[in-house]
Amino acid sequence: MFRATIRSLLNRKLRLILSTLAVVLGVMFVSGAFVLTDTIGRSFDALFTTAYSTVDVQIIRTPRSEAGVQDASVAEPVPASLIDDLEPVTGIRKITGTIILDGARVISPNTGKIISGGMGVPNFGGNWTGEDDLVKLRQGRGPSEDTEVVINASLAKAGTFSVGSQIEILLPATGTDDPTGETTQSRRRTFTVCGIFGYAGGRDSVTGETYVAFTTPAAQRLMLGTTDAFSEIDILVADGSSPTAVRDAIRDRIGPDYRVNTGKDAAKEQSDFLKDQLKFFNYILLGFATIALFVGIFIILNTFSIIVAQRMRELALMRAIGASRRQVLVAVLLEAGILGLIASGIGLLCGIGVGAGLAAAAVTFIEGMELAGLGVPLTAVIASFGVGIPVTLIAALIPAVKASRIAPIAALQESTIPDKPLTRLTIGGIVVTLAGNVALALGLTDHAGGHELLAAFAGILTTFVGIALLTPIIARPAVSALGRLLAWSTPGELGRRNTARNPRRTAITAAALMVGVALVTAISTLFSSATVSTRTMLDETLHADLLVYGIQTGQNPPTFHPNLLVTTRQQADVEAVAGYWYDVARSDDGQTMVSATDDLAAFIAISGSKTTQGRGTRLAPGEIVIDSRMAKEHHLTLGSTVRYGLTRADDRDFTVIGIYQRNEIIWGPVLSIEDAQDFRARDPQLAFINLRDGANVEAMKAMIDGMLVDSPDISVVDRSGYLEQQTSMLNMLLGFIQVLLALAMVIAVLGVINTLILSIFERTRELGLLRAVGLSRAQTTRMITVEAVVISLFGALLGIVVGAGLGAAVVQALRDEGYTTIAFPYGLMAIYLALAALVGVIAAVFPAARASRLNVLTAIAHE
Amino acid sequence: MTATTTANGVAARAVDVWKVYGSGEAQVIALRGVNIELERGRFTAIMGPSGSGKSTLMHCLAGLDSVTRGTVEIGGTVLTGLSDKALTTLRRDKVGFVFQQFNLLPTLNAKENILLPLSIAGVKPDPTWFERVIESIGLSDRLGHRPSQLSGGQQQRVACARALASRPEVVFADEPTGNLDSRSGAEVLGFLRTSVREFGQTIVMVTHDPNAAAYADRVVFLADGQIVDELREPTAGSVLDKLKSLDTPEVCADVLGEGTASGGVA
Repeated sequence: MFRATIRSLLNRKLRLILSTLAVVLGVMFVSGAFVLTDTIGRSFDALFTTAYSTVDVQIIRTPRSEAGVQDASVAEPVPASLIDDLEPVTGIRKITGTIILDGARVISPNTGKIISGGMGVPNFGGNWTGEDDLVKLRQGRGPSEDTEVVINASLAKAGTFSVGSQIEILLPATGTDDPTGETTQSRRRTFTVCGIFGYAGGRDSVTGETYVAFTTPAAQRLMLGTTDAFSEIDILVADGSSPTAVRDAIRDRIGPDYRVNTGKDAAKEQSDFLKDQLKFFNYILLGFATIALFVGIFIILNTFSIIVAQRMRELALMRAIGASRRQVLVAVLLEAGILGLIASGIGLLCGIGVGAGLAAAAVTFIEGMELAGLGVPLTAVIASFGVGIPVTLIAALIPAVKASRIAPIAALQESTIPDKPLTRLTIGGIVVTLAGNVALALGLTDHAGGHELLAAFAGILTTFVGIALLTPIIARPAVSALGRLLAWSTPGELGRRNTARNPRRTAITAAALMVGVALVTAISTLFSSATVSTRTMLDETLHADLLVYGIQTGQNPPTFHPNLLVTTRQQADVEAVAGYWYDVARSDDGQTMVSATDDLAAFIAISGSKTTQGRGTRLAPGEIVIDSRMAKEHHLTLGSTVRYGLTRADDRDFTVIGIYQRNEIIWGPVLSIEDAQDFRARDPQLAFINLRDGANVEAMKAMIDGMLVDSPDISVVDRSGYLEQQTSMLNMLLGFIQVLLALAMVIAVLGVINTLILSIFERTRELGLLRAVGLSRAQTTRMITVEAVVISLFGALLGIVVGAGLGAAVVQALRDEGYTTIAFPYGLMAIYLALAALVGVIAAVFPAARASRLNVLTAIAHE
Repeated sequence: MTATTTANGVAARAVDVWKVYGSGEAQVIALRGVNIELERGRFTAIMGPSGSGKSTLMHCLAGLDSVTRGTVEIGGTVLTGLSDKALTTLRRDKVGFVFQQFNLLPTLNAKENILLPLSIAGVKPDPTWFERVIESIGLSDRLGHRPSQLSGGQQQRVACARALASRPEVVFADEPTGNLDSRSGAEVLGFLRTSVREFGQTIVMVTHDPNAAAYADRVVFLADGQIVDELREPTAGSVLDKLKSLDTPEVCADVLGEGTASGGVA
């Protein structure tokens, strides 16, 4: 029996290869995800081990929240006096007070833009602590005056700086305004480069970061806004002392206000944090793996069904000569198992390639980062086979059971067993679809007991299965109607009839395509609804004529100098200006988005909101206004207090002095600008400007633009420009998702090709006859193309309908989140449909070529 | 010109046709310089022991297979050297086929199957001609049935009607009764003969059944790739006698692999 299995596998190489490509792709994503995270993870480990190679023990202020550990832009100062306190601790060789903070942005003299090593890569500003085992001066010397800086080689290269160059640096707002500033509207300061440093091993940077090192007093003042303090204290232990012993001794001595870690632990902490961020990437890949494998199940199921049908005689013969049902079942499953094994193996290998490729690509984004050697974690191997083989087996289960039910008598009969009526299948389909819908509804309406996302996802997949079960019954009329559009010629008509001939086969093939199309349609629907809702909402509520803001690309949001607000307000054409600060604060809910404004009345008016209770005018420190929904949900009234922990401060109480109407622009607690000095960014991030009637918008825009020369990452836009920008980001994201989901469609195309090839093989004799009675090669191709296009269009139409329904359901569920309008992306739907037709044409190429090249004589004689 | 009952002219012709399969050691010569003319409006049967090359000859005459040497001509068109496209058109317009295994399209009903070659060609059927053909196969009441709803004999009669529908120059029938019981077979043969007598159709039939050959006007005997004899106005008895006389020095060349020779239900 085993040998027979192998034989039959070898006999159907091509068809099986096609059907397993889906598994290969799915497994590829799985193993790719594991290899990627493993490789990048080890690269991070190596990176931070390097970065902390000259630190045995590190002391920082105990962060206010766990998230604060990694916060490179906000550090509570460690007083310099702490160094004296460490005097009695034995085993210390060297103590260094270090300042290192994100937020010293250098303006490129060539482009006028901020020099960045990449998205989220920090722009460090700190103090020069001299050379050590890691840091090496390449040119010049350390800074001796407060106007001098040393910069790292990668910054020098990016900005073409050399020793003696002037360098323009945008400094963070420290809360203590610097009276020596060159202009009152800018955080830009000019320094002289006095030295350029690199790192051990000839590296220009550790991770592509830019690094400016000032004198210690300058760094304290400019980066920390204090004197006699550091952001951390680094300790080297004496030879023969252990870092852990020194760490414990320091901990005992200075107590819980400080966090003391060995360099090794600190490196691990940083690395783990980044690895955690990377998980997101992993989830995306695994999500696509799920979709690929899900679609793959349809294709494998179809392939095995067709093969079993074609081998009915052979299987019946086996039964007739004494094979048991069980043996037939096992034989088919064995075939699937071997196939799954091979496909998983290939998928694993491809995944290693993909993972390594992605890791290499990711690393090129981060200049200077070195990629760890390629490794294949055991988890990748286990997951690949653990997913690939079961998926193949599950897909083959139904055909295998069917095969085992073939009666021995079938070996002697000419006719095939007629298909059972579709009643049971249809009822099953309805039940499964409804179950899927219920799960989806529970997930969307937050009734799944904390597993909303899982419920929604499971609901969607279950719905797909249910619809797939319903497709055979829909297939007959739908395919017939669709085919009529294409069947204007005899070959077309023949193709149409071939499609309608086996509704189950057509249905499963189309269902595979449906999944991909439904997902893109649903997401497009969601996005177009979001776009339309946002536009409508902004159009109705936003009364600003001009907006000043930048797009955030790193940990620090782009900001501008608060004096811009003052200057703008003084202009004759300006009616009102509201500056806007925001941050995420610690709260009873975990995290809460908080904002602040310098003109509350203007902000409420420009946002199209109004005050419903209490005051809506100037806020004093400690006062907040909240939105009506928040008041209701948290049972807050005027005079109630709410506790928030702002980024740079301990938790404290705020008093509610007013309640306003919530909308999409203004919501949540609004604080005073005094309190905003405890936000992560102390400078405003946005300004809403309302002009007087008849004011020259363009002139005002140009004027403000002039004030922004020192803020390259901030721009001024008018209303329509703002609307455009708000929706363009959604479009970019949509494009990205579409590309990834196109993969599901590629797999579905493989399914169409596979079904066609199997069908053509089955109909060899018919094709021979058609060719004999005069069907030309071109007509043969047309016939098969029509068949493919009908299947593809059917799948796409189904997908569009299901996807639109799904999208609409999600939009409906998100009504409270601002999705006020359901907008179907008709243009995109038309494109998907056109693409599906194209997919059909492409899918038909190979099978059609095969069919039209058939030798007429052998085809007619084909068994 | 509706029906030419007189045997004037040649519908198809083979001149010095050779067909060689393979090369070197494995070379098999299926046809060795066959010359044959098929008169218009006649029913010709080709007979011979298995491996004699009779199916090969028919395939070559019908433009389904190429010849190694020599020329084949149908209705004045020389087939040798024609492209696949030209051959396809020729088959469509000038040749009709009846196969042993009926070979009807399961997706089409009887009427659609009959009209298939015409609709492939994009030609409107001549309604009077269609009526006549339908009437003579005696299936007027089953035209809407699918092949699976018809008996073997009925299916083969539909296949015959299909071959006749476009009024081809020649109808080639490859063991048309091989899969039928004797009664159904007789019906089919009767219909073929009628179409020759009444419609002036030219029919070439390959068979190994003397009873079937007896329906023909002329029987050509093939042995070892050559025409060895022929019989005009045959009867089952005369054909059988002829076969016996040919049978003595039997040539065993089963390697020729005539697809239809051993077909049947497994």
